[in-house]
Amino acid sequence: MTDRGLDSEAVVSRTRRRLAVLVVLILAGFSGLLGRLHQLQVREHARFQTLAEDNRQAFVPIVPHRGQILDVHGEALARNVRAYTLEIDPAQVRNLDDTIERLSRIVTIEESDRKRFLRQMRDQRGLGSVAIRQHLTDEEVARFVAWKFAFPGVEVQARLFREYPQGEATAHVVGYLGRINEQDQERLEAEGLTGAYRGTDYIGKEGIELQYETLLHGTTGWERLEVNAAGRAVRRLDRREAVSGKDLVLTIDARLQRFVLDAFAGRRGAFVALDPRDGSVIAMVSSPSFDPKLFLDGLSQADWERLALSEDRPLFNRALRGTYPPGSTFKPFMATLGLTSGKRQPGQRFDRQGMFEYSGVKLYDKKSSCQSGVDLHRALTFSCNVYFYTLGNELGIDAISSFMSKLGFGQRTGIDLPNEAPGVLPSREWKRQRFKKASQQQWFGGETLSTSIGQGYNAYTPLKMAHALSILVNGGVIRKPHVLAATIDPVTGERTPVSGEVTGFVKLDPAHVDAVLRAMVDGARIGTSARAFAGAAYSVGGKTGTAQVFSLQGRKYDPSATDEDLRDHSWYIAFAPADEPRIVAAIIVENGGPGGRTAAPLMRQIFDYYFSSHEGSGEGDGR
Amino acid sequence: MNLMPWLAVLRQMARRWDLPLLGCVSLLFAGGQVVLMSASPDRVDSLWVHQCLALAALLVAAQVPFRWWLRLALPLYLVGVLLLVAVLLFGETAKGATRWLNLGVARVQPSELMKLAVPLMLVWYFSLRRQSLAWWDHAVALVLLAIPAALILKQPDLGTTILVVAAGGFVLFFAGLSWRLIVPLVLALAIGVGALLVQGDRWCEPDVAWPMLHDYQKQRVCTLLDPERDPLGKGFHTIQAAIAIGSGGVWGKGWREGTQSQLSFIPERHTDFIFAVLAEEFGFFGAAVLLAAYALLLLRGAWLSARSPTWAGMLMGGAVVGTTFIYAFVNVAMVSGMLPVVGVPLPFISYGGTALVTLATGLGLLSSAAAEHAPERGFSGWRRVT
Repeated sequence: MTDRGLDSEAVVSRTRRRLAVLVVLILAGFSGLLGRLHQLQVREHARFQTLAEDNRQAFVPIVPHRGQILDVHGEALARNVRAYTLEIDPAQVRNLDDTIERLSRIVTIEESDRKRFLRQMRDQRGLGSVAIRQHLTDEEVARFVAWKFAFPGVEVQARLFREYPQGEATAHVVGYLGRINEQDQERLEAEGLTGAYRGTDYIGKEGIELQYETLLHGTTGWERLEVNAAGRAVRRLDRREAVSGKDLVLTIDARLQRFVLDAFAGRRGAFVALDPRDGSVIAMVSSPSFDPKLFLDGLSQADWERLALSEDRPLFNRALRGTYPPGSTFKPFMATLGLTSGKRQPGQRFDRQGMFEYSGVKLYDKKSSCQSGVDLHRALTFSCNVYFYTLGNELGIDAISSFMSKLGFGQRTGIDLPNEAPGVLPSREWKRQRFKKASQQQWFGGETLSTSIGQGYNAYTPLKMAHALSILVNGGVIRKPHVLAATIDPVTGERTPVSGEVTGFVKLDPAHVDAVLRAMVDGARIGTSARAFAGAAYSVGGKTGTAQVFSLQGRKYDPSATDEDLRDHSWYIAFAPADEPRIVAAIIVENGGPGGRTAAPLMRQIFDYYFSSHEGSGEGDGR
Repeated sequence: MNLMPWLAVLRQMARRWDLPLLGCVSLLFAGGQVVLMSASPDRVDSLWVHQCLALAALLVAAQVPFRWWLRLALPLYLVGVLLLVAVLLFGETAKGATRWLNLGVARVQPSELMKLAVPLMLVWYFSLRRQSLAWWDHAVALVLLAIPAALILKQPDLGTTILVVAAGGFVLFFAGLSWRLIVPLVLALAIGVGALLVQGDRWCEPDVAWPMLHDYQKQRVCTLLDPERDPLGKGFHTIQAAIAIGSGGVWGKGWREGTQSQLSFIPERHTDFIFAVLAEEFGFFGAAVLLAAYALLLLRGAWLSARSPTWAGMLMGGAVVGTTFIYAFVNVAMVSGMLPVVGVPLPFISYGGTALVTLATGLGLLSSAAAEHAPERGFSGWRRVT
C-alpha cells in the first residue's frame, strides 16, 4: 500500500471512470461485430449459402500473351513460339506419383521438372492442369499420343514460349526473361501485383524485357468457375478476357547489330549509334555477347560458369554500363568550351607546341603536325595535346567540370534501358567525396591537365560519348536517347510512336560548333583517322581516342611490348554525313591500342555497311 | 519428504494468479485447439508448445512484482528502439517489408517487444510524474509513443503500428488525456473513414497517390471498398472469407465440415483468417461464444485493473485490456469485411507463437499489477521458505 498515499484520489477515480468507458467501448464494439455477423450469418445467410454450396467459385487466371519485340524494320527480336508441353490435371488423376513415374518411362522427366510441377500445383490450389514437361520433341509427342489411353487426365498442349531469333546480336538491348523467383515474387507482393501475375511464370530480367515489363506483360484475365465439393470445375460462370501485352518496335536495326557484332570478331568492346535528329538508338552492341535463350529456364551450372566467370564478361553491357576514360575523344568538347569561354579564337595560332612544362614536369607531343602554328582546327584534326594542356590550365577544373556537366558528362543520359552507368566527371567536389584521406581529397593542377585530354579520372560509357557528340551536332539541343520507337496494340493494330524527348539545351554559338565539327571532318580526311576513311563514299567527321588503362609512370608506352590487358583502349567517335548528320556513333575496342589504328577502321567498316544498306534501299530517311 | 512448505509456496504464488482470468484464457486455448484441428491439423503439435510457452509466460510474468516491471520499463524501451533502428539499417527483408533482425543465433522481430515495452514505458513515465501531472506530460508521452510507432510504420507494418499506437494511446487515455483532445481525434478518424466510403471510387483510381500510405496499403483499402477490383489477389481473401462466414449460418456446418475452409478457399486460414473457419463451422452461435469469452476476459481484466492498488497498475492493466480488445475487434472486423486487411491476429486463437506469448505476457503484467498491494508476496514468498 506504499504507493497509494502518493496517488491522488482525483487521478485514481478519473482512471476508474475511464476504465468504465473502456468497458462500454468493448461492449459496444462487440455488439457491432455481432450485428455484422448477424447480417452475414442470419439475414444474408441464404445468399452466402448459395454462393458457397452451388457457386463454390474459383478464379482461374487467363495469362495474357506477352508482346513481341521488333526491330526498326519489323524483324522479330523477341517473339512467342508454340511448343508442346505435357500437362496433368491433378483433379482427374488418382495417384499422381504413380502417373508421373509411368510417364517418365515414355518421356524424359527430370528432377527439376517434378519440383516445378509440385510448386505450380500448390500455387494453383489444385485447379486446372499443370505442366510436368515443357518443349517436348516431336518424337516424344508421338510416343505419348500412342500411350495416351493409359494416362487419363494427362494431355499434350501447345503453349507459347519466348524466343530470341537474333540471339547474341541483340541480347544486351532486348535482354531476356527468366522464371519469377523469390525476389520477383516479393516485389510483386509489395506492389500488389500478385493477382496480375497469377499464372505467369516468366518476368523481364534485363534490357527491354525488364524496362517495359508492364507494357509487354499485358493484363491477366480470369475465368470464374463453379467448383463442386471435390474441387472439380463444373461450369464457367463468367470470364474477363486477358489483354495481350503491347508489341514493341525498337529503333535498333537487327542487321546492323549483327554486322557490328561480327565486325568485333570476339574482341572486347562496344558500339553505340544514335540518330541525332530524334535521339533514337540505331545500334547498341556490346562484344562479346551471349545467347539470351540460356536464361529462359535458368542457367545450367556449366553455362553460368562459362558466362559469369569468363574474363571477357559477355553478360556485361559495355555500351550502357562500361565506363572508360574517353581519351582524345574528349577534345572536341574541350575545344567547344575553349571557344565558348572566349579563351580561344578559331584562328588563334600557337607555336612551340612540342612540350608543355608544368611545375617541373615536362609533357611532350612529338607529332610533326603539332609542333608550330597550331590553331584549334589543327589541334583537333591532329589531336595535339599541348594545345589542350594549355587551354585546360587556363580554364581550370571548375570551368571544365561545370561546362561538361551541362553536356551531361558524369550523368545518365536517361535512355530507356535499366541500370545505365552514370560515369565520372571529375571535379573538386567529386574528389572530396571520392577519397577519405585529406591528402587525396585535394585537387591538383596536374589532374586538370590529364582531364583536359580525357585521361585521368574521366570515365564515360560509349553511349554517353555518342550522346555528347549528338548534342554538339545538334548545336546544343539535348535529346534523351531512346530504344523504343513505337508500341503496337495487338488487337487494334494501332501504332503509337514514341517521339524523341528534348530534355535540355546548352547555349552554344553555331559558329563555334561549326568550327569544331569542321575540324573533325578534316580529322577523317587528312588527320588522325584519314587512313581509315580514305575513299569513303560519304562525308564523315570523327575523332580518335586512346584511353590509358594503366599509368606508365614515366616508362615509354610501346604497344607491342605491353601486355595485352594493359594496352590502351581504342576509341573513335564520328558523325555522318558531315553536312546533315543522320548517324552519330561511338566505338571502343578494349586494349585495342591507338584509336586511329583499331577503332577508326572498325567504324569505317560499320559506316560503309550502314550507308550502303540504307542508301541503296532508300531507307536513309525512313526512320 | 515434506511437501507442506512447497504447497505453501504454491499457495503464496497462486495469490498473484487470477483464476477467472486463467479460466478465460484456457477456454480460448481449448477453442484454438479445436479450430486449428480443423483448419490445419499438421500444426496442432506446435500449437501445444506455443500455448504451454504462453501459459508459462503468463504465470511467470504475474509473479514478477510490478515495481520490478516498472524498473525494467526504460531499459526495455531503449533496447526496443535501438533494435528497431537496427532493423531499418540492417534488417532482413521478406515480402516487401523489413521486420526481422538476424542476431546470428535467432531472427527477432523487435516490433513485437514494443507492443509491451511502449505501454510499460509510458506507465513508468506517468507514475514518475503522477504528483505533478501537467498537460505537457501527455505531449512527452506522445513523443515517446510516436518514435517507435514511426519506426514500425516505416518497415512497413501497419498492423503492428496500430497495436503499438493503441497500447500507448490507452495509457494516455487512462492517464487522463483531455476529452477536448480525444473527441476531435475520434471525430477526424470517423470523418476520414466516412469520406473514404463516399469518395472511395474516385480515390482508388490508379494514378491517385495517398499521403503517408504505401501503395499496397491503398490497395488494401480499395479492395475492401470493392473486392471485385482484384479478384485474383487481395479481393479474393475478402470475398471468400465473407462467403465462409455467411454460409455458416446460425449453427454452422459442423466441425471439419466447412466447405470453404476445407477446400482452401480461405487464405491464411490458420493465422489471420482463422475466425472465418470458426464462423463457417460453428456458425453465429460459435462466433457469439467466442465474443462472449473475450468479453468475459476483458471485463475481468478491467475489473482487476480498476481494483489495482497502484495508479500505475491501473494504467498498465487498462492498456493491456484495451489492446487485447483492439486485437479481437480489428481481426474480426477485418475478416468479416468491415476493415481493410491488416496483419492483426485473432488473440489467443490464431496460430503463431510470438503473438501468443506477447498477449499472454500482457495478461501476466496485468495480474502482476493487480496483485501489487501485498509487497511481501510474490517472489518474496520464496525467501520465507528457504
